[in-house]
Amino acid sequence: MQATTWRSTIKAGLLTGVIALYVALTGMVLSLSKRPVVDKLSLGHVVYMLVFVVMGYLTARRSSWRTTRPALVPVQGLVVGGIGAALLALLPVFGQQVDLSWIFVTTKPNLYKFLLFNQESMAVGVAYLVLTGAALGGIAALLPILPEVLHQGLLYGAGFTLLLGVLSDLAQRTVLKVVLKPLFAYKGLKPSGALILFVVLSVLFGLRHWWLQRQRERSTMEVILGERPAWARGVQQGLLLGFLLILPVWLLNKDAYLNSVVNLVNLYIIMGLGLNIVVGFAGLLDLGYVAFFAIGAYTVALMTSTGDLGHGYTFWQALPLAVILALVAGVVLGIPVLRMRGDYLAIVTLGFGEIIRILANSDWLKPFMGGALGVLDIPKPALGNLVLKEEYQLYYLILAGIFITWFIATRLYHSRVGRAWQALREDEDVAEAMGIHLVTTKLLAFGFGAAFSGLSGAIFAAKVGSVYPHTFNLIISINVLSLIIVGGIGSLPGVVVGALALVGLPELLREFSEYRMLFYGIALITMMLVKPEGFWPKKLNVYSRPQDDTGPATP
Amino acid sequence: MALLELHNVHAYYGNIHALKGISLTVEEGEIVTLIGANGAGKTTTLRVITMLLPPREGTVTLNGEDLSQYRTHEIVLKGVSMVPEGRGVFARLTVLENLELGAYTRDDKQAIAEDLERVFTLFPRLKERQGQAAGTLSGGEQQMLAIGRALMSRPKILLLDEPSMGLAPILVESIFDIIQEINRQGTTVLLVEQNALMALQIAHRGYVLRTGEIVLADTAENLRNNEMVQKTYLGME
Ligand SMILES: Nc1ncnc2c1ncn2[C@@H]1O[C@H](COP(=O)(O)OP(=O)(O)OP(=O)(O)O)[C@@H](O)[C@H]1O
Ligand SMILES: [Mg+2]
Repeated sequence: MQATTWRSTIKAGLLTGVIALYVALTGMVLSLSKRPVVDKLSLGHVVYMLVFVVMGYLTARRSSWRTTRPALVPVQGLVVGGIGAALLALLPVFGQQVDLSWIFVTTKPNLYKFLLFNQESMAVGVAYLVLTGAALGGIAALLPILPEVLHQGLLYGAGFTLLLGVLSDLAQRTVLKVVLKPLFAYKGLKPSGALILFVVLSVLFGLRHWWLQRQRERSTMEVILGERPAWARGVQQGLLLGFLLILPVWLLNKDAYLNSVVNLVNLYIIMGLGLNIVVGFAGLLDLGYVAFFAIGAYTVALMTSTGDLGHGYTFWQALPLAVILALVAGVVLGIPVLRMRGDYLAIVTLGFGEIIRILANSDWLKPFMGGALGVLDIPKPALGNLVLKEEYQLYYLILAGIFITWFIATRLYHSRVGRAWQALREDEDVAEAMGIHLVTTKLLAFGFGAAFSGLSGAIFAAKVGSVYPHTFNLIISINVLSLIIVGGIGSLPGVVVGALALVGLPELLREFSEYRMLFYGIALITMMLVKPEGFWPKKLNVYSRPQDDTGPATP
Repeated sequence: MALLELHNVHAYYGNIHALKGISLTVEEGEIVTLIGANGAGKTTTLRVITMLLPPREGTVTLNGEDLSQYRTHEIVLKGVSMVPEGRGVFARLTVLENLELGAYTRDDKQAIAEDLERVFTLFPRLKERQGQAAGTLSGGEQQMLAIGRALMSRPKILLLDEPSMGLAPILVESIFDIIQEINRQGTTVLLVEQNALMALQIAHRGYVLRTGEIVLADTAENLRNNEMVQKTYLGME
């Protein structure tokens, strides 16, 4: 680390200003200003203010003064936030003199007014902005010099309070409705509510950190390895299962939109579990993964549709075929890329994804697949007389899909072929020299991955009721890949975390949809900086287990 | 008949003629060393034997059977096991998982467990660290692991590519002791080394490779006393 100087602090401040300006110029600030978070504080405010907070915090964390001259650290944050805000203030100051909208379409008088806190006088507005920036940067910079328990508690407390404010509709309807209700206004948190939440959450997170720290100090191997006694894990899994099973009855059937978001997230989880086999276990970078999703969806669509293109089979007859066809396609498309590695593999598979979509869209296959008009009138799956036509009913179908794929993925990981995949991922040549057949091993990974995707696509078709070629574009492949990376490559819980963060959150924040890719970018960069191994990574066994714990019995 | 025989082997990387007609033999029970400077073609020779780089001309035979009819993953079934240059342990897998992968082609559980014990006896350090990710081992431990993993296939012949690379002299010595011990227990060894001094101390015979050609072949003792070898590879004037 370079020694901290005022110069480097000022540089950080300038960078902060550039980022804040960028955020303002994308138009996010204004378009998100309609969602209140706490009273009059809107998501638009939060977005640009977070820049000051994050930069103040990061500057403080990286500051070498943290140990030598701690009193100066908050001043650093103050400077960083202040300079950043001053740079941002230049936008309204200049913008009101010169029309910038022919370069930046988002620079409207509204934006200027918003940034200046609707003040009549520009001087007062600018002063407010700069003071806010300095204060936020300074406060954020305090955190790293506080004791760890306070630091972590306040950080998480503030973060989750904001999150609850942003997702206020959801929070009011779900989590302990009765208790939380008084904290919320019609939209967003009440100021008093925010304060209470912040205090309570900070205390809770602080206690949690304290407890974890104490555990770590006791430092039994079990704790380090994250091994809990079997009964504790059993209870935990039972609670989780119970929660997942009652979720629709308790909540989802009252909110069709939320339910469809959950179902979408879950379909992505199935896909993520599949692609995780290919990318995470076997280390093969596949960018054409949407192809198998499309094959699964089209198989169900064409076999079950009651329209002209359909063949009148039931969902349950079509489902196995959809999975098998996807699996076969995975293997077949795997053959030409067997000899490729890394980036070449990514580019060629990307091409495959496009080919499937273009074929489905083509006039040539139109008589069978409907071309751009797609396939309509796909009936809902039925269990005997019960037609799963409601989202909360489909939820259970998808959940069953997750359980099955999760189970298979876990078993595969610990199987012989799972080991071979991991060896392949680490070093292809050495793996081959160990006697691992590269061809079958790779094709098995492609096949299983594709089958999962096919399953997801099959359910998707039945859920949506119609399929169109343009649904199956590159974005889906990118989404699935990103969620794996964000969650932690190779980790199954990571897939869930990634899907919630990258699919669920943007769906719930519909204003964000325009900035979805930006959001992905930010999420990925943040992850690379803060947790390069993903938010829920696979544990690496760095510490030895106690002797003879896992080894074969010594004679 | 020799256990391993290379006859007039030519190998290429694209247009680069890396091996220009190499012939060598390894008899059952021997330690044979292949010494040479950087880029002489030592690693390439091992890649040819394991068919990672099939020869364009010439033959590689094991017990008289032509190996070029097999693919890399089948070579290990024939009884050839390699410890790759730079160790090549599977970094994110545990020590135990690495060792198990060494026995990937076998399914006789009982015998595998015995061999695991044998490896743990040779390298007690690996036993202590069996649950640890291989990438977090020290360089010396990784070398032990790579050798142990290669032994897990119960090879007839063990190919070692510069096991002394990057190790402290004291560790080099103990690794070479262990190689000798492995050989005493009945495994034939082809040892590729730049550290000619050490290699010639434990080997029975040796070959000197220079830019893809074998320029000397003799017993280890004669090579140690050879003037050219002393000058070029042993650093004596
Ligand atoms: N993948 C490759 N592509 C092209 N040329 C290669 C490749 N691998 C090795 N070579 C060339 O083949 C020759 C022999 O290389 P080799 O790796 O066998 O040397 P070596 O004797 O093992 O050297 P070192 O002691 O440095 O490991 C060298 O000239 C090298 O540049
Ligand atoms: Mg070499």
